[in-house]
Amino acid sequence: MKSIKELEAIRERALKEIAIRENEGKTRIVVGMATCGIAAGAKPVMNAFVEELNKRNIHNVSVAMTGCIGVCRFEPIAEVIEPNGEKTTYVKLNPEKARRIVAEHIVNGRPVIEYTIGAAQD
Amino acid sequence: MKDLSMHILDIAQNSVRAEADHIIISLTAEGRPRILKIVISDNGRGMEPDFLEKVTDPFTTSRKSRHVGLGIPLLKQSAELAGGNFSIKSAVNEGTEVCATFPVDSVDRIPAGNIPEALTLLVASHPGITWEFRFASECEHFELNLAEVREVLKGVPITNNHVLEWIQNTLDDGFKTVFGGVLDEVN
Repeated sequence: MKSIKELEAIRERALKEIAIRENEGKTRIVVGMATCGIAAGAKPVMNAFVEELNKRNIHNVSVAMTGCIGVCRFEPIAEVIEPNGEKTTYVKLNPEKARRIVAEHIVNGRPVIEYTIGAAQD
Repeated sequence: MKDLSMHILDIAQNSVRAEADHIIISLTAEGRPRILKIVISDNGRGMEPDFLEKVTDPFTTSRKSRHVGLGIPLLKQSAELAGGNFSIKSAVNEGTEVCATFPVDSVDRIPAGNIPEALTLLVASHPGITWEFRFASECEHFELNLAEVREVLKGVPITNNHVLEWIQNTLDDGFKTVFGGVLDEVN
């Protein structure tokens, strides 16, 4: 069983890291996780985002779940919301696409157009 | 739903939507023949009696944008297909308790899936809620209360990657300790 001591050590380490990161704007990734999303496979997609961000040591991006976005046939859906408010809606995701979004959109600032809702509706 | 972790993720979000700030998710393996009892209880808004009566109907929902609410009916179906039971209690301003039982050794029982992972996703998305997770079998039991974690962290956010990793590992250990050898899919 993991110990409270480990948690305290994590706390010490985090306090140092937080001091450095206070002023960065956060990009948010919001994954649809209502019944439609879960049934379509959104859980592995959300995990892929979290793992890929951790793997690349990216700390200024938060990943959260949300309810039904309203276009269930396009689930799993994830929205990338930049600090300036700009929003990109990605649809029909899977873990591999999530990893590519982190690599190209988050790291390199280039949205993956072919995964967006715009591309899907054409 | 393919596995229990997905149902738990689904139903727990009902509690979040009901504005609960204390949600308890407990899994207990008990009885002969063994059953797995999943209980999700919250201190949220609760339901009016006539809504509660129809809540297992797939066309009953609190949503305004849709006329379909599948979370509860799907869980009820999974439980009953495995030969288990479903029940739900709720009272306005008191909260709701959803209970589903699954005979452990039924060939029709869906697998557990990665439950520690699902619970961690819930904490990561709703860190302000006091989550309590409890696992119990005849010989072992495990509990994790986010209020205690918050006390140790003293202001460091629960959403810190390392904290979430610690939470998932702790839940993983607890789950394996309690359900290893009890649920076939847990080694």
